[in-house]
Amino acid sequence: MQADWQRVSPKYVLVVLIGSLVGGVIACAATVFLWLVAGLSWAWLLLIAAAIVTVVLLVVAPRRARAIGYVLRSDDLLFRRGIMFQRFVAVPYGRMQLIDITRGPVGRMLGLADLKFVTAAASTSVAIPGLRDDVAGDLRDRLVQLAESRRAGL
Amino acid sequence: MSGPGAVPGGAPAAKVRADQMADGQWHRLHPATPLLRGGIGFIAVLGFVIANLRERLTNMMIGMFGGQEQQPRGPRYDGDPIDQLVNHGLVGWALLVLAVLLLLALAGFYVSWRVHSFRIGDDAVEVRSGILSRRHRNARLDRIQGVNVSRPLFARLFGTAKLEVSVAGQDANVDLAYLGSAVADELRRDILRRASGARIDRAGATAGPRPEDRVAVGAAGPAPSGVVANRLAGLVDEFGGGPFEVEGRPPASVVRIPHGRLIGAIVLHGFTIGLLVIVALLIVTVSLGQYWMLFAVLPGVLGSVGFYGRRFAKSVNFTIADTPDGVRVGFGLLSTTNETLPPGRIHAVEVLQPLLWRPFGWWQIRINTAGHSSQKGAAGQPNTTVLPVGDLVDAGRVLALILPALGDLAAETKPDGNTRGAHPDADADADADAAGGLPAAALAMGSGLVAVGLTGGPGNGYTGAPRRARWLRPFSWQRTGYAVHAGVVLLRSGALWRRLVVVPLARMQSIEVRQGPLRRMLQLASAELHTVEGPVNARLSVIDPDASLRMFAEVAEGAVAWAGTDTSHRWNAHEGLTRRVVGEDGPE
Repeated sequence: MQADWQRVSPKYVLVVLIGSLVGGVIACAATVFLWLVAGLSWAWLLLIAAAIVTVVLLVVAPRRARAIGYVLRSDDLLFRRGIMFQRFVAVPYGRMQLIDITRGPVGRMLGLADLKFVTAAASTSVAIPGLRDDVAGDLRDRLVQLAESRRAGL
Repeated sequence: MSGPGAVPGGAPAAKVRADQMADGQWHRLHPATPLLRGGIGFIAVLGFVIANLRERLTNMMIGMFGGQEQQPRGPRYDGDPIDQLVNHGLVGWALLVLAVLLLLALAGFYVSWRVHSFRIGDDAVEVRSGILSRRHRNARLDRIQGVNVSRPLFARLFGTAKLEVSVAGQDANVDLAYLGSAVADELRRDILRRASGARIDRAGATAGPRPEDRVAVGAAGPAPSGVVANRLAGLVDEFGGGPFEVEGRPPASVVRIPHGRLIGAIVLHGFTIGLLVIVALLIVTVSLGQYWMLFAVLPGVLGSVGFYGRRFAKSVNFTIADTPDGVRVGFGLLSTTNETLPPGRIHAVEVLQPLLWRPFGWWQIRINTAGHSSQKGAAGQPNTTVLPVGDLVDAGRVLALILPALGDLAAETKPDGNTRGAHPDADADADADAAGGLPAAALAMGSGLVAVGLTGGPGNGYTGAPRRARWLRPFSWQRTGYAVHAGVVLLRSGALWRRLVVVPLARMQSIEVRQGPLRRMLQLASAELHTVEGPVNARLSVIDPDASLRMFAEVAEGAVAWAGTDTSHRWNAHEGLTRRVVGEDGPE
């Protein structure tokens, strides 16, 4: 499709890694609980499965982090996300209702923010994670300015 | 019997009162409002008291009419509160407490009525209410998604109605409950006129009576003198005439649903099949001597009568008509509702045919809108059904009404209520047996794309799915496809459950193309057009990836272009009496 996708910060890989790690550890702990404490003798299979899924997620984390891109075209915003479940979304600027910037705990430590472009349709869900703080701020201002100039009715 | 303008009682008085109410000052609601709002509570308390007194009342009745033989006193129910009161000689105190509570309640209602007021200005509707915690709600007129006038049964007895202004957003509606019936209709018209952008010059006003104010020979005779007689006459009009009689000339409904068809459509639902299966199981188990299932399931089965009853009550007397202020949809038997959807508020349209309706050729049309009235529709959803059931002719008419963009019909005149689209009379019916039941005019709609979308086969203007889509959609892959025409996107799907979704490009929020691992293996993709929340999903489940990218580009460009030029949500802005500079803040 487009060649000039803007990428998110490389540090976002760390966020994904930590997220997968934490999730994996919790899952493994739950299976260990089931196995040892609750006494389900076959639960060690679940433990193996959880461990495998965690390792896989950790391995693909860099690719997942790199598979996010956005482009500010002249009249709309293009967004792509995902490797296995790929999606492309095009949102005209005038459809903006609000822009949300959130910073998760890990993101805050690394100086990253997530930007969410909200329209009147809940299913639009354009969420650009892992932007550097200043990039996020600039992008937000630019999007608001573009949206104001192309404001359309609902 | 009455000439134009010489209307007994009714319309001009209501218009004058509505004009007074919409003059930008604070006004109060109908005096009966507190009773109507709290009335249910009273009835509940009354019911409780009567239930407890039932035994005594029956004894009293028997004593009065039954004659000499006195019944024995009967078993004492020691827990009965009334008995306790009588035994302890507290009847007097109880009555006193009741009277005080009643007075307090009345006082509370009166105060809440006094502090509840509304104001309709040029830009916004405001409502102030609340005794302890004051609330002031303000809704911009140009953000209105719909205006609903509903008449619950209780309110109709008092000749009142509830006016609800729907705005996009959760729980954001502005309620004016309750107002006089005719005043509510006039106010609705006034609000919509302002929302349309037409500036009303306060002094000059709209010259002459509007066409709807001319009274055709109608139900209202000369008003009898006397207040009681007037009230009774009002009641008769209210209940006798159906939903539209309070206005001078009711706008002609585009469709009429015969009661038989409505009942058939309600019965022919998946729920009925489930019900029949359960009843069959019940019969089998009971005949085998197992009664447990009877006790478990029978209450649910009996409750399903309520399901059908509700669906019927919400779809009976269904009318949909074109007015200068938008599309007006009404339904209801004892409690009526009619909602006006101004132009440019319909975000997606779906025409579907459930399998059970196919032998009869019935279709249903649903829409997505941004603001919903709280009046629940047939399925318990906010009312988003613009045609509960209808044949192809009806579907064509309703589509022409709500999607004027598709109208390749002749005589697309200025919307004055009658000539656009709807032909509710002979000549449409005459050529209704052209090619499969659609009248020739509707066949031409969207250059035939609509007809093909509803009943047609592969191709015919729709970009379809490749043969390998068989694996995901074995029956409907040939019909699944899209077309872009005249600023709308048409998505067609379904071979057994036929479906056509139409999304105006000016209302589309975003477009998405996605490809999961399964579709990647099959070299397919899927696409979705995002619109506001509602029952309609504009999704294309299988499409060739290159075609999907082409569609993506085409629709994205189209959305930008059409959104930029669309002013249908301010449909009268260019013809207001005062010229409004459109450029001052962009197309709003």
